[in-house]
Order: sequence, then C-alpha cells, then structure tokens
Amino acid sequence: MSNGAILPLRLAEVSFAAGGRTIIDRVSLEIETGPSTIILGANGAGKSVLMRLMHGLLKPSSGRIDWNAPERVGAPRKQAMVFQRPVMLRRSAYANVAYALKIARIPEPQRGVLVHESLESVGLSHLARRSARVLSGGEQQRLALARAWALHPEVLFLDEPTASLDPSATREIESVIKAFDAAGTKVVMATHNLGQARRLGDEILFFDRGRLVERASVGEFFSKPQSAQAAAFIKGELPWV
Amino acid sequence: MSEALSTALALLIGLDSKLVEIVLLSLRVSLSAVAIAALLGLPLGAAIAVGRFPGRQTVIVLLNALMGLPPVVVGLLVYLLLSRAGPLGALGILFTPSAMVAAQTILILPIIAALSRQAIEDAWREYEEQLRSLGAGRMNAALTLLWDTRFSLLTTILAGFGRAAAEVGAVMIVGGNIDGVTRVMTTTIALETSKGDLPLALGLGMILIAIVIAVNAAAYLTKELAQRRYG
Amino acid sequence: MLVLIAALPAVAQDKYIIVASTTSTEQSGLFGHILPVFQKKTGIRVRVVALGTGQALDLARRGDADVVFVHARSAEEKFLAEGHGVRRFDVMYNDFVLIGPKSDPARISGGKDILEELKKIKAASAPFVSRGDKSGTHIAELDLWKAAGIDIATEKGPWYRDTGQGMGPALNTAAAMNAYILSDRGTWISFKNRGELAIAVEGDKRLFNQYGVMLVNPAKHPNVRKELGQAFVDWLISPEGQNTIGEYKIGGDQLFFPNAK
Repeated sequence: MSNGAILPLRLAEVSFAAGGRTIIDRVSLEIETGPSTIILGANGAGKSVLMRLMHGLLKPSSGRIDWNAPERVGAPRKQAMVFQRPVMLRRSAYANVAYALKIARIPEPQRGVLVHESLESVGLSHLARRSARVLSGGEQQRLALARAWALHPEVLFLDEPTASLDPSATREIESVIKAFDAAGTKVVMATHNLGQARRLGDEILFFDRGRLVERASVGEFFSKPQSAQAAAFIKGELPWV
Repeated sequence: MSEALSTALALLIGLDSKLVEIVLLSLRVSLSAVAIAALLGLPLGAAIAVGRFPGRQTVIVLLNALMGLPPVVVGLLVYLLLSRAGPLGALGILFTPSAMVAAQTILILPIIAALSRQAIEDAWREYEEQLRSLGAGRMNAALTLLWDTRFSLLTTILAGFGRAAAEVGAVMIVGGNIDGVTRVMTTTIALETSKGDLPLALGLGMILIAIVIAVNAAAYLTKELAQRRYG
Repeated sequence: MLVLIAALPAVAQDKYIIVASTTSTEQSGLFGHILPVFQKKTGIRVRVVALGTGQALDLARRGDADVVFVHARSAEEKFLAEGHGVRRFDVMYNDFVLIGPKSDPARISGGKDILEELKKIKAASAPFVSRGDKSGTHIAELDLWKAAGIDIATEKGPWYRDTGQGMGPALNTAAAMNAYILSDRGTWISFKNRGELAIAVEGDKRLFNQYGVMLVNPAKHPNVRKELGQAFVDWLISPEGQNTIGEYKIGGDQLFFPNAK
C-alpha cells in the first residue's frame, strides 16, 4: 500500500433518510484492499444509495464516512463509478474517455495513449471514432468501464452494471470486471444477481431493508448463510438450493 | 389584389434594389441581435440550469415570463434610455440600426436564456451523477452541457432569430422607420399597408414568411440529423 | 454590449440631420421629391422620422430631432413659447378635403361650406371616421366641429368612429366602412385603396393647412446639429426650395403650395 492510498474506507453508524423514509440504517463497515466485494440484496434493500454514499455522491444524514487519505480537490480521482445505465456525451467513444482525463487535468499530449489503452482493455478500439450514443447498450457499458478505468482508480464502484443488458453483453462486462480485479483494482459491486455474485465476488455484504445483515466470504455465504434473511433471499432466488 | 400580387412577384424576381436593401438591413439587424443575445444568453441559461442559489426558482419564473415581453414595450423602454433626454442619450444611437439591434437583443435575450436553461437543465438531470462522479465541478459541467446540447441550443437560437425578424413594435420606435436608414421588412410592410400601397408590402411579406419557414425547417432538420448521427 | 452595438457601422459618418415630421407629409411623397435636391446641393442627408404632430413635437422636446416640420400652428407656437424652437417659418400649405362614399348618405357632395356639410353629416348620423390621434389633421377636424357649433365630444354618437390611427390606416377604415373622413389632399391623392370613396367637399378656405418649420433650440439641446439644421430651414424657405416644393405633383396635381415670406 503506497502513501496516499485511499483504502480502507470506513463507515461508522451511517444512516440516510429521504422523503421521511430511512433508506440506510446505522451501517458500519470497512472496505479493505484485496478481495472484490459484492453488495448483495433484494431491490429496495438500499444498495444503490449505499454505493452513492461511499462514492461521495450523497451525504449521510448521520454517521461518518472516512477514506484512509482524503482525495485532494483538483487531483485525478482515485475512485470511479459505473452506473446501471451508462451516460455518454454526444461525442465519439474516444472523446468520452478523453473527457474523463481532461477533467482530471491530464495534459493533452498524454491522453491519447491512455485512451487507447482503456478502449483496448474493454475491446472497443475498433469503435473509437463512433458516436458514443449510437452504440449498443452493452458497448456503451463497456465504454463506461473504459472511461472509469482510464485513470487507473484504486477503487471501482459498480451499481448493478449488467441489470439492463442481455446475457451475452453481461458476459462481456463480467470478463472486463474480472480483468480489472486481476489487475489490482478494488472492485465494489452492487447486484441482486446471485450467479453474478458468485462469479465475480470474493466476499459478500448482504443488505436487507437498509441494514447490513451478514458479511462472509462467497463460499461460506452460499453454503451456510448465518441469517434468516440471507437464507430466505438465497432460497427465493435459487429455490433448488 | 391579384394585380398587387403580380407586381409583388415582379419586384421579387427582378430583385428590386429597394427591396434588396430593406431585406439586407433586416437580416443585418436581426442576425446581430441574435448573435449578441446568444453570447450573453447561453452562458446565462447554463449558469442558472446547473447553479444553486437563493431565489433560483424566482429567477426561472421571471425569465420564462420575460419571453413574452411585448415588442412595443421593449421599444418604448429602449427609446427612453437612448433618447437625448434619457440616461444613454450621449451615445447618439437613437434612430440608427444600432438602436434596433439593442432593442431586439433585449427582446430575445430572455427567450434564449430561458429555453437554453430548460434544455440544459433537462440534460443536467441526465448527466449530473455521471459528471460529478468524474469530478467535474459546476463550471465544467455547464460548459460541457452547453456543447453537448448544441443542437437543441441551435434550435433555440433559430427561435430567437425568428422572433426578432418578425417583430415590428420595437424597431419602429427606436429606429424611426427612416427611409434608407432604419427601414426594415416589418416596418416597411406596416408603412406601405397604411398607405394602401400593397405590392411592396406583399413582396416583403412573402419574403418574411419564406424566412420564417426556412428558419423553422432548419431547426427541424438540425434536430433530426443530430438525433440520427449523435443519438 | 453597447460598445459592440455602437461600433456597428450605421450609415457612414456623413453629414445628416434628423427631421421630425408627420406621417401624412411623408406618405404624400413630398420628401422623396425634395430631399434628394437638397442633398445634391448641400451634401446633407435628411433623415425623416415620421410621427403624429404631437409626437413629433414631443420628440423634439426631448432633443431627439434637429428640425421640426409639422402643420399645427397652435401646437407649434406653444413649442416656441416653451423655448424648444428658435424661430418658426411658414413653408407651404396644402388643404384638407372631406372624403365620403359615392352613395353620399348625408347629401353633401359638391358642397362649398365645410361647416354646413359637417352639420348635415351629424344630422344624418352618417358614419364618420376621425383620426383621434392628436395629429394636425385631427386637431383641424376638431376645430371645424367647434366652428360649426358642435361640441363633438359630448354630441357624438355611434356614427362617429374615433380610431386613433394615422391618415393611411384611417382612410383604410373609412373605405371599409363607407364613411366620411377628413383627409389631407396629399395622402388622399396617393392613397390607392379607395373603395367607394371620393372627394365630397373641397376648396373652403377653412380647409387650408399651414406647414411651419423650426430649428430645435441648441441652447436647450446642445446636441442639435445647428449648422446643418439651419441649412435645411434656410433652403426650405429659399426660392429654390419653394420652387422644388411647388414642383411636386402626383398625377398632374400639385399638392403643396409654397408660401414662405
């Protein structure tokens, strides 16, 4: 771990309420480097809100969220997020990735190499000049990954990245995520898809109605769920288990 | 009526020099006005769209309301400003095309600001999370959105131009409809009609309608092509 | 922004003056005839802002014109008395004509006494269009009703239409309504949309309409282009200017009769 590393991330008694409802309820956890972390839970469990709290898009109503080293304003971001639906600018695929580098104030001459590397790593080099918004759903999501990856972030948050995609696109996305994980990026991914959790995850954080109910390695979670909610969830998703 | 119509067509086809002079002046005035209004109005609209400040809602409502400013009222206000008896009289631009440009700029500035604010705010709703995730501050976001919504903004600018080219109230008062100096299509139509002298009025009317149609067609085509090419 | 706009080349930096005059004078075509002659002689461009008489004088009161050239003696004298003008000169006169429908419901066609004919119009409740806009023509019309012993403000009925329009639009309205209307001869001659209208009464001395010109007072309004403006005033009352005015004809008819002293 180098100096200035932003992990581990600590949440202490974090709550988030909106519209009179408590969406995240006194969650305390720590995200370490290393194993890829799956935020698992049913729809409405609060996964998306939790991801946004961790990424910094939302402020907690109470409690603390602390990174190991705070990010300097104006410095390239060390964490990136990929959303369920990719949002692309009206520019080429190349330009969308370059945009991320521009915001990070990477000097212009250095951007070309980084962009090409990123596009290469997700298999989109051949579409670099294409207008990003006319790409297919799967291609746009891969582009989103390329854009997130271009700055080689320490942490990559992914909020249900394949929920809107068909199986073959899903497979492509998953292989990219696995590659990033293997390259050393910390992957934190929210999903309700058990199969995906098993394929991509090392550890599971299981949420139910805004509370962290269980935390275990993938193997232990699926073979011996400790909590009733987890057991019910697994059963509900995979009735033959 | 048909006699007037055929005379009008003759003027058009023969490119009567008076007609050409009037049309060119109209274009000069309205294009200048829309250029200045765009320069000021687009950043204003963007700033309001992505900004957060007290009274924001009031500003938006006011801006939308100002889109309906009656041209005669704008003309009157600008006249009072530019009159020798007024605060800016020393500029000496009353009864010149510059005054007309000023009046039309004021007239269409709210239109461009309000419509661009709407377009950019809609885009902001779609892009906000992603742009903030990438680390873009509000200023960066505003500039990015200005470029990203460029096709909608072009439509907005064309709308502003259409409004300016078709109005008569403002330019009549601050321009004075002076022959050869501040006489534009709309004021000429008003004058010739009141004289009961229809051919020139009809000819100019046809050109004005053609311009309005062309502007709207351009706006429509822009949107269509952009959608297909850029998504 | 104003710096940008002011930098727009208006018309080049040549010599010009702003003359406030009336819509009826401009629409008669007189300026199209006499101004090119003046410009050729002096190189001075005359920019005419044509409004109603009241507006033209108010424009000058604000200092927005260099010369006023209107036809409402009492209003001009008031203007002078207020100190806004230097001196008033008679320039020319034209006359008013009473226009009416060929069907002539008030039976006045060919009449010679304008006051009598107006009384007949009122008696017949025949439709009558008034300009209602405090212009020279409007003031002349009101003065005639008064001279005929009629307090038109209180005695008018639905037959009397107060339109608040310039001479051209008012004639349009009268043509559409087949109504009587007082018009200056110049506008009538060049008016093309006559419908069923024709001249009903003309020639009565009380229908004469005197034009006067004044230089706006540079003492009160320092921005007035006094040399150029004075050149125009001088030319209008000079023999050459007077001749040029008299030469203006439409369809062979002289419209304005120069009478500078």
